Amino acid sequence: MKAPRFAYEKPRSLDAAIRLLAGGGDGAKLIAGGQSLGPILNFRLAQPELLVDVRGLPELAVVRDEGDAVFFGACTTHAAIEDGRVPDPTRGMLPAVARTIAYRAVRNRGTLGGSLAHADPAADWANVMALLDAEIVAQGPTGERRIRASAFVRGPLTTVLAADEIITGVRVQKLSGRARWGHYKFNRKPGEFAEAIGAIVHDPERGIARALIGAIGDSPHVVADARPFLNGFDPAAAEVALDAAGLPASGYERQVHLVALKRAVVQCVRASA
Amino acid sequence: MREGKRLSAAFSLTVNGAPVSEQVEPRTSLADFLRERLMLTGTNVGCEHGVCGACTVLIDGAPARSCITLAVACDGADVRTIEGLDDDPVAALLRESFAAEHALQCGYCTPGMLVTARDIVNRLPDADEPRVREELAGNLCRCTGYVGIVRAILRVLAERRGAR
Repeated sequence: MKAPRFAYEKPRSLDAAIRLLAGGGDGAKLIAGGQSLGPILNFRLAQPELLVDVRGLPELAVVRDEGDAVFFGACTTHAAIEDGRVPDPTRGMLPAVARTIAYRAVRNRGTLGGSLAHADPAADWANVMALLDAEIVAQGPTGERRIRASAFVRGPLTTVLAADEIITGVRVQKLSGRARWGHYKFNRKPGEFAEAIGAIVHDPERGIARALIGAIGDSPHVVADARPFLNGFDPAAAEVALDAAGLPASGYERQVHLVALKRAVVQCVRASA
Repeated sequence: MREGKRLSAAFSLTVNGAPVSEQVEPRTSLADFLRERLMLTGTNVGCEHGVCGACTVLIDGAPARSCITLAVACDGADVRTIEGLDDDPVAALLRESFAAEHALQCGYCTPGMLVTARDIVNRLPDADEPRVREELAGNLCRCTGYVGIVRAILRVLAERRGAR
């Protein structure tokens, strides 16, 4: 229950961090808040040779309004989102989701970019950012690229990032004043990893009607056309979506995801009334 | 291990108001540093993976898990442990209230509970019982069943509401 030995560097710039990552090969890993990496270091599931601490990098602390979207620097903490210390482009959805992440003491240090890079299938941002069709901005030795959040997670703890790429931030499109959403996270106790996440967002002005079946042990499943759910829960459409998400045909796992989706839909419909 | 990479790191921080400069192995957790180097054993280590809350301390004024925070990552930080809350007015009210409401038995979770409770009282002055319970989800107690702890925090919240 103590972390293995590793070397530690705290670069002063993003470029220096990328160079350290590139030079360290597979043995070099980034650390920001350390709220996901810390536990797996202590379990010795991760045994890096070098940790590159990016928590203090000013490039990753930027939060800016980009007109149609808000850009959140990778080191934005969950608590900053929860408290509204950064702008909210989603009419309350991001702060509400943030409040359900782990515990306050974890949210004070854990970061948006760190959670996305860790890519736990039950993690809140990997799922909700896919629902919101956010863009993840990553910087590598050859420059910057933008990755759709729905295509970012390849599987459990695996993303499309190269070993020498760093998430610099996330662009979240602004929802209009007519947008409504619902989000339901099922866990046995507040703060535990989700057993199921259901969510839906409807923005008639921007033509968005998407739903999420999340925490399915793999990449998040986005229902690209959630129109069947806009006037109420449609059980037949839900069964089709749960099949498409690859859930077992019956049993507990299917049931909790069904209920999570249903409760999210009910919340969204009530908000529209 | 590659050559030229640092396996020992110097760092400076403030602990309970006093400046500290030390050299540690980077893998040292803040909890182990506080307990074993500075002998501040009020911070307890429970699960060592961020779930039980026994190791909760304040880093730059905000509660944090010292078991999954590297000591070197606290370079430049202001760390406050339970020993540094002796003169804190809210912590003083909570200590009295914890005693009055039987909010502890073995006491192992109590330093972390008090740090979290103080954060609830300061940050959420209008918190009701369900909210207090939600906020306490990250601090485990195996003795009390939480009833006394929740009552103790609600009592301080009510006192403070009455006073304002």
